[in-house]
Amino acid sequence: MLVAVSEPSTVAVAAAPAVELRGITKRYPGVVANHDINITVIRGHVHAIVGENGAGKSTLMKTLYGMHRPDEGEIAVNGEVVHLSSPGEAIRSGIGMVHQHFMLADNLTVAENIVLGDEPRRFGILDKRAARRRIAEISDAYGLGLRPDALVEELGVGDRQRVEIAKVLYRGAKILILDEPTAVLVPHEVDELFGNLRELKAEGLTVLFISHKLDEVLAVADEITVIRRGTTVATVDPKATTARQLAELMVGSELPVPELRESTVTDTVELSLRNLTVRAADGRTVLDGVTFDIHRGEIVGIGGVEGNGQAELVEVILGLHAVESGQILLGGEDIARWGTRRRRTSGIGYIPEDRHRQGLLLEAPLWENRVLGHQTEAPNVRGPLIDVSAARRDTERIVAEYDVRTPGIDVTAASLSGGNQQKLIVGREMSAHPRVLIASHPTRGVDVGAQAAIWDHLRTARAEGLAVLLISADLDELIGMSDTLHVILRGRLVAQVDPRSVTPSELGAAMTGVEGDDATAPAEPGPADSGPAESGPHLTKGGSS
Amino acid sequence: MTTAAPARTSRLSHLVSTERVYRLGLAVAAAVLALVFAALITSLILLITGHGPISALHHMIDYGTQATQISAIINQATTYYLAAIAVAIGFRMNLFNIGVDGQYQLAAILAAAFGGTVALPPGLRQIGIIVVAMLVGSFWAGIVGVLKVTRGVSEVISTIMLNFVATGAIAFLIKPSNLGHLYGENLTTKPIPSSGQVGGISLIPGSDVKVYGLVFLAIGVGVGFQFLISRTRFGFDLRATGRSASAARASGVNVKKMIVVAMLLSGAVAGLVNMPELLGNAHNYSLSTPSGIGFTGIAIALLGRNNPVGIVFASLLWAFLDTSSNILQISNIPTSIVSITEGVVVLSAVVAFELVNRYALRRQQRKVGRELGLTTPDPGGPEAGGTGSEAVPA
Repeated sequence: MLVAVSEPSTVAVAAAPAVELRGITKRYPGVVANHDINITVIRGHVHAIVGENGAGKSTLMKTLYGMHRPDEGEIAVNGEVVHLSSPGEAIRSGIGMVHQHFMLADNLTVAENIVLGDEPRRFGILDKRAARRRIAEISDAYGLGLRPDALVEELGVGDRQRVEIAKVLYRGAKILILDEPTAVLVPHEVDELFGNLRELKAEGLTVLFISHKLDEVLAVADEITVIRRGTTVATVDPKATTARQLAELMVGSELPVPELRESTVTDTVELSLRNLTVRAADGRTVLDGVTFDIHRGEIVGIGGVEGNGQAELVEVILGLHAVESGQILLGGEDIARWGTRRRRTSGIGYIPEDRHRQGLLLEAPLWENRVLGHQTEAPNVRGPLIDVSAARRDTERIVAEYDVRTPGIDVTAASLSGGNQQKLIVGREMSAHPRVLIASHPTRGVDVGAQAAIWDHLRTARAEGLAVLLISADLDELIGMSDTLHVILRGRLVAQVDPRSVTPSELGAAMTGVEGDDATAPAEPGPADSGPAESGPHLTKGGSS
Repeated sequence: MTTAAPARTSRLSHLVSTERVYRLGLAVAAAVLALVFAALITSLILLITGHGPISALHHMIDYGTQATQISAIINQATTYYLAAIAVAIGFRMNLFNIGVDGQYQLAAILAAAFGGTVALPPGLRQIGIIVVAMLVGSFWAGIVGVLKVTRGVSEVISTIMLNFVATGAIAFLIKPSNLGHLYGENLTTKPIPSSGQVGGISLIPGSDVKVYGLVFLAIGVGVGFQFLISRTRFGFDLRATGRSASAARASGVNVKKMIVVAMLLSGAVAGLVNMPELLGNAHNYSLSTPSGIGFTGIAIALLGRNNPVGIVFASLLWAFLDTSSNILQISNIPTSIVSITEGVVVLSAVVAFELVNRYALRRQQRKVGRELGLTTPDPGGPEAGGTGSEAVPA
């Protein structure tokens, strides 16, 4: 029943593979573990491991780097079975790890950082000359271009990453694990990194490259192993694979596409904001004369770089934030002075951006979470009393209909995975048959399966006449799922774009307020939200969890 | 998919209801462990100070199980119970009401004065006294709530301050020129006549002491608290606010109003603390009316995990320790040893409950992971039929 569909490359290899993972299983508190992982990494290869967030890549890498012991299976390095019970042992076996988040001391030089913890000594004191010599050798051999005496705090992100790589090489690693190395890099730094990786390869080193950015993986890897739900599902040749095929392997089914079919937009305005102005507690204007309508059967998207008023827009519609001036009309009635509860019972559903903060009682069982936000509605209550048995029954129904993967409704919300928590929230909100749904980053941090399901529910509800306000940092989602798309910048709606024709890069440019259509998002390593602009399937989802 | 999923859910929900029993067992085990630990520490101290722990315990049990003492323990526990419930109402909302002490004393003196002076027909008079006590307690606690929501004053600070204010106010009120009367050496309020008293009940045969008639009031408060918290919309909002104020707010709860209401409720119950004694025994408020019960209530609420049933046991235990410790003086053991025991019980109980909580959550997560690990790895997804066939063998 548990047939692992893994096909480790059965090509007979003359030399022993650099790393071989055989039947690795790791049980772990939490939903995802590794089971029956089989990977063969050929020496001198860049071997990519791809999978969705939460597919088990990190668990696997921790196993390989000796941060915990696998419960089953064995690891062979250069043909010899090893037992790695600490990173120290991993390094002695020639395995080094370059972490996603750099671990460097800013106030030390490059050389000092590299030798830190493994210093060459002469008469008990640091032998700076020897250190510098070794580092120069490494730098030359692998084309890292390090300046040993530069202070780390003066270095850019790409340089820091090369210091990290040098640190690992200095300790004699022949097998490098790179955990999401491109997450923090801007495009030209990515190219440089790939150049470095080719150098390492040429020198006979082996690189394990973990990523979920498929275009990059296809560009740099010699072989790609796909992990899904904790197990290896396939090993493929990048030359014979497309990004889309890879994505579908990762997801295990056809990749969901955010798209709307025929328009269901009606003429009836359900929610209308009229010249809405909102101030923050410090007096700053956070929304400035915002005006737009949402019709029945329409999804209105709001695109914008985070922090330009989207959060306040959501809160003001829900009554969590006071209105300075302007109107909020729900079906023609001004609700701007109503309390949150009255608005919600009048038909405003809410999928919050931060489900842990606003959407769930983490320590409460699922059925209590089903009641949350609908404390005044059937079937949860009978008069002033909570109808526990009806609420429980209805929770069972939501769990079944919305495919919430849980052993029961008495477990706490905290023990579910993010995607399942989100499905519960969507089910709960849809069950109240709202007139307006505020969906704030509805698929953030959820797996692709849940993402597809959530999109489906939105489409169905839209067809039934629901008016949806969609806020998202995932530009593909925004473009694909919106009937009407506004751009928000510094609290104002600055543009309305046609979601049928706009490209992500045009939208990104509008969001940053850059005029002209060839402008790309500013090259800052921070928010990866602006998303890649090329066509093709993207699995980049806003934020990481 | 929709056909397989309910089967899976119902099969697994079995596991989870036994899970709830298991968690209850864990909680009880934690309490017992805390007691054992406290007993060990106490024994150690007794040994160090040259006393025999076994004989001390023997004395305490012998003494504490006499009929008269059992009645006294029940009476004491009744008072403790009300104080602990008052604290627990706040705790359920994440509000730390340290001010129960001031609330109940101020309520007691004003209610006593009301009962001594305002002539109402029997029945109504008792009810009137109790209502006055609840109103005074509510008022005193309500100040805290209002300060918190309007000015952001932490309830910890304001309740402590109001305890001092209450002490001063009582000293003023009990002056003979105000509500007090000097009877010999004692300053008291005017006694409540028998038409305004609540007689005791001879619950324990052979006891010299009667059990407070208002023990039923305490039971009623406990039942009412449990009902309010677990069955009503209001209770749901209260618990939701306690668990996550931001989520409660997004769900439509008016958190500010909730804070004020919770403080008013907590204060109303605090106002009841002295009522069993006032109406059943003392019949007046005097300088000898016990103080400090509000603080004991905090410890008991912690030990009883803010649960109305748990607090019953915690109050009884506390009352037993307090009452039976008197006998220790006969064997020349200082009664303060019992205070050490009580302190250690609370500390170790808090630690043990926290450990159990974390363990239970981890265990549950692991369980969720394992259950789903069994059903999800088949790569075709749950639709592929694997789930259906797995659900058959039970």
